[in-house]
Amino acid sequence: MIITKQKAVDDIIRALKGAKSTFIFGCGDCATLCRTGGTKEIGEMTEILNQNGISVTGSSVPKATCHELDVQRLLRAHKEQVARAESVLVLACGAGIQAVGDSITKPVVSGCDSLFIGNSRRQMQFSEKCSVCGECVLNENAGLCPETRCPKGMQNGPCGGAVRGRCEVDSSLPCVWIEIYERMRAFGRLDEMRRVRGPKNRKVAARPHRMGNWPSVRGDDGNV
Amino acid sequence: MGTYKSKLEQGFVITAEIAPPKGADVSVPLGIAEKLAARVAAVNVTDNQRAMLHMSPLAFSHLLLGVGAEPILQVCCRDRNRLALQSDLLGAWALGISNICVMTGDYPTLGDNPQAKPVFDLDASQLIGAARQLSRGVALNGKPIKDHGEFFIGAVFNPFYDPMDLELLKAERKIDSGAQFFQTQPFFDKASVDQFLGRVRNLSAKFLVGVTPLKSERMIEFLNNNVLTTPIPEGVARRITTAADPEKEGLKMAAELVNSIRDKVDGVHLMPVGQLEALPTMLDMIDDGNKR
Repeated sequence: MIITKQKAVDDIIRALKGAKSTFIFGCGDCATLCRTGGTKEIGEMTEILNQNGISVTGSSVPKATCHELDVQRLLRAHKEQVARAESVLVLACGAGIQAVGDSITKPVVSGCDSLFIGNSRRQMQFSEKCSVCGECVLNENAGLCPETRCPKGMQNGPCGGAVRGRCEVDSSLPCVWIEIYERMRAFGRLDEMRRVRGPKNRKVAARPHRMGNWPSVRGDDGNV
Repeated sequence: MGTYKSKLEQGFVITAEIAPPKGADVSVPLGIAEKLAARVAAVNVTDNQRAMLHMSPLAFSHLLLGVGAEPILQVCCRDRNRLALQSDLLGAWALGISNICVMTGDYPTLGDNPQAKPVFDLDASQLIGAARQLSRGVALNGKPIKDHGEFFIGAVFNPFYDPMDLELLKAERKIDSGAQFFQTQPFFDKASVDQFLGRVRNLSAKFLVGVTPLKSERMIEFLNNNVLTTPIPEGVARRITTAADPEKEGLKMAAELVNSIRDKVDGVHLMPVGQLEALPTMLDMIDDGNKR
């Protein structure tokens, strides 16, 4: 899932640029699990905005705000509430925020910073294990991703700086190259670690990624 | 090709490390380099070491040639992608620089520009491979390079890494990629050097043993906390902390270490962390001790 954190209230209010009313979108998926854009957080945000003289004309929590057609359907369903608002605040990841922004002509304000694609273990415990590089090296590394889990993204690690098995960049992390080494040894595959891996093909990571055509929809906010 | 390579192939060499200045005035480090030029086989020029902003090592290496010192250009992967790295390597040839020492590089968050974008498009093994490929007249994209030179390619080795087998596997990969010599993290006692030599005996590359003179308890703490993966041996630390003149004692100890291992190692690499001016004195001590 996409891990997000809410922006500081002052930053959100500043980004609203003096708007006196707003409609809030959350997200029923990732941002709900991250406690940044669920029903509860929308309630709390509504209270804070009200205290700052900004009225909330309504809100909606799509199942997943990155689903653009679903967002457009909800915009039509909340047509009047959206029409009364000077702006739309989105408490979701950058994908969700732009799904709303690309579907409406009103100013859309981001209420969250998107951090990473995270695995969830316990409540509010998230860790990045995949960075969607486009060229998966898990098969070569006994199922551990050095592109993501090594800060230097080394393909021929380790960097040599680990102390007592901990990463030199962040000692709260285990060195993934030592973990790879231990797994490869357990699997009887250490010989593979004698081979040099060539440079990664960064072309496959060229942005923006897409499958199918790039959509060119904007302005379907039912406001017309 | 410079003379450092042939000296290393013939016998024991001493190299020294000089960081480019954190500014545009090169007079101090260049003055030291001039004094060292005839006394060391080559001078290593660090590449924004510990992710701290310094002058371009390519520019400083070029200036070294002007005072008669043979440079070993350090090239790290942190700040440049494969285009920029190869471009600098071609530039090195044009400037008369053919020795390089390749490393992945310290992470930006540990340096003085923690908000910088970490590049790491290539890692050390891949950059070593790129340098060898360029030396054979082919760029990383497979296209021919006209009028290419030939690099003498170095890499780094951490003799105190745990697990050592993993560091050795990586050294094998670096050698496969084209590394011809290694410079190590600093040693502070002969016993550790002996142990290390046993481990790398079967690797087909030259090893220059790192030597850093200690000068104070504070420096020992700094190195233990920021640079080394294994703390400085207690006996060594005690000799410094109890010495009447810790700075002189540190230089003496480093010179003693060099003289006690010079018959069995390919060379030593002097890294005078924060004691650049002491290098000529240290070389005097090494010469004196060696004559005895």
